[in-house]
Amino acid sequence: MNTEQTVTVKKVSSKIRTGEPIIDIINLKKSFDQDVILKDVTLKLFEGENLVVLGKSGTGKSVLIKLIVRLLNADSGTIKVFDKNVAELNRKELGELRQKIGFLFQSGALYDSMTVRQNLEFPLRRMKNSLNEKEIKEKINEVLENVGLTDTLDKMPSELSGGMRKRISLARTIVVDPQIMLYDEPTTGLDPVTSSEISSLIMDVQKKYKTSSIIITHDIECARYTANRIVMLDDGNVYKEGKLEDFENSTDPLIKSFFTKI
Amino acid sequence: MKKYHPIIKVKDFASEQSIKLHDRTIAITHVAGNYMAEFADFILFTVSVIKETFTRKFEFKEFLHQSFQIGNKTLLLISLTGGIMGLVMTIQSRPVLVEFGALTMLPGMVAISLIREMGPVITALMCAGKIGSGMGAELGSMKVSEQIDAMEVSSTNPIRFLVAPRVLAATLMIPLLTLYADAMGLLGGWAGVNIKDDVPFILFFSQAFKAVGFIDLLPAVIKTFFFGAAIGLVGCYKGYNAGRGTESVGVAATSAVVLASLLVIIIDVIAAQITDMIS
Repeated sequence: MNTEQTVTVKKVSSKIRTGEPIIDIINLKKSFDQDVILKDVTLKLFEGENLVVLGKSGTGKSVLIKLIVRLLNADSGTIKVFDKNVAELNRKELGELRQKIGFLFQSGALYDSMTVRQNLEFPLRRMKNSLNEKEIKEKINEVLENVGLTDTLDKMPSELSGGMRKRISLARTIVVDPQIMLYDEPTTGLDPVTSSEISSLIMDVQKKYKTSSIIITHDIECARYTANRIVMLDDGNVYKEGKLEDFENSTDPLIKSFFTKI
Repeated sequence: MKKYHPIIKVKDFASEQSIKLHDRTIAITHVAGNYMAEFADFILFTVSVIKETFTRKFEFKEFLHQSFQIGNKTLLLISLTGGIMGLVMTIQSRPVLVEFGALTMLPGMVAISLIREMGPVITALMCAGKIGSGMGAELGSMKVSEQIDAMEVSSTNPIRFLVAPRVLAATLMIPLLTLYADAMGLLGGWAGVNIKDDVPFILFFSQAFKAVGFIDLLPAVIKTFFFGAAIGLVGCYKGYNAGRGTESVGVAATSAVVLASLLVIIIDVIAAQITDMIS
């Protein structure tokens, strides 16, 4: 990360939005059989901010964002997105809500039987069915340009590297202009250079598409680079919530060990 | 010296056995409950597939793609299986028919056996292995690599896009493949007859079709639609409900083959009973 970028990050980090939350999670509980993953989680995402959710593996970070798009159902508690209770939506309403939310999966989740072009066309043709062929082509070129991979259009996902797959996956997510982005460990399994490129892309997406994001990670560099606000989960609860500086200056042994490990 | 109390000993024994019986009952109930829950889940899955098949938003392009895949993947296998089936049946039946002086009945016998039973069942079992396992593995790996979740968050119903076209393709392609296997079987039968005799092609086929009636063909074709639906549904269900690890892809594929083959046999028994009642 160069000096100019560092300055930008600090500037962004200190800017925390307030007002009505666009995602409001209240007393969320989720368990799988006997394992209680989320005990009592309450958090909010405000418009335009990047909220980083930190925590050790198995603390329910990924479960949390899957509950937001109702890939999983909560045991109790409330999740409101754009003031709509996710649990009460019917299939059609849920589909409409999901059109406003982009989800970047940990594995990328590119459709491996389709080319990059078909992967990008897939959500576009289903969510934005008013677009004609020319507009679809333009949109695909635009997002590929944004992720810097214009020459991969006719490649299969198996021909791409891990970093490229993440970028294409990000392109597929932003191609439908979501208002909220949910990133599930966007830099996991990538080398430091590619990780910082992905972190930089997250910031670019926030600026260009005016998105609000929840970034699930245990990569402190990614958190430093992208966070406006940080929430740390531990043992199924919110352990601490605050700005990056609060975490970096904390004397709490758990937080300290997390931040000094890297 | 410790006193011997037989009544206490019997009480302890009874209590111990009662606890064991209780545990065993709970374990059996749990297993039975799981099977019942899975059965109910399969029924719900089937209902949602039927619902998504008869909708205006049905993925017709994907259906054509899957139909081509099923036909393309299995054509060579079905050709070989059908041909060999007819050939072997002819070679093995000939000596018996010669003994009874009924060699002229050979084409008709081969045709009836193939069209009524061998063709549909062998084709369905081959397809259960090839298509059922393929569907189980493909959907299972899509589940493991979160592709199905990605589809869902893209506001696309995975049942509509992935499952309904595959199930309909299997339902419609397996009858076609069966008819093709029957034809290949008759060709194999003609080749088998010609190993020892010299029977013209037209004579063999006219003898074969003379023996086959409408009542032989219709129930056989109807049951293949059910075979196809069972293979498609089981393959997709197992894949769609695969676990999260890579191991579960293998489990999904294997269990799809086993269950689909079993269902083919069960449907065949039911079809045989119904045909018998009608005829």
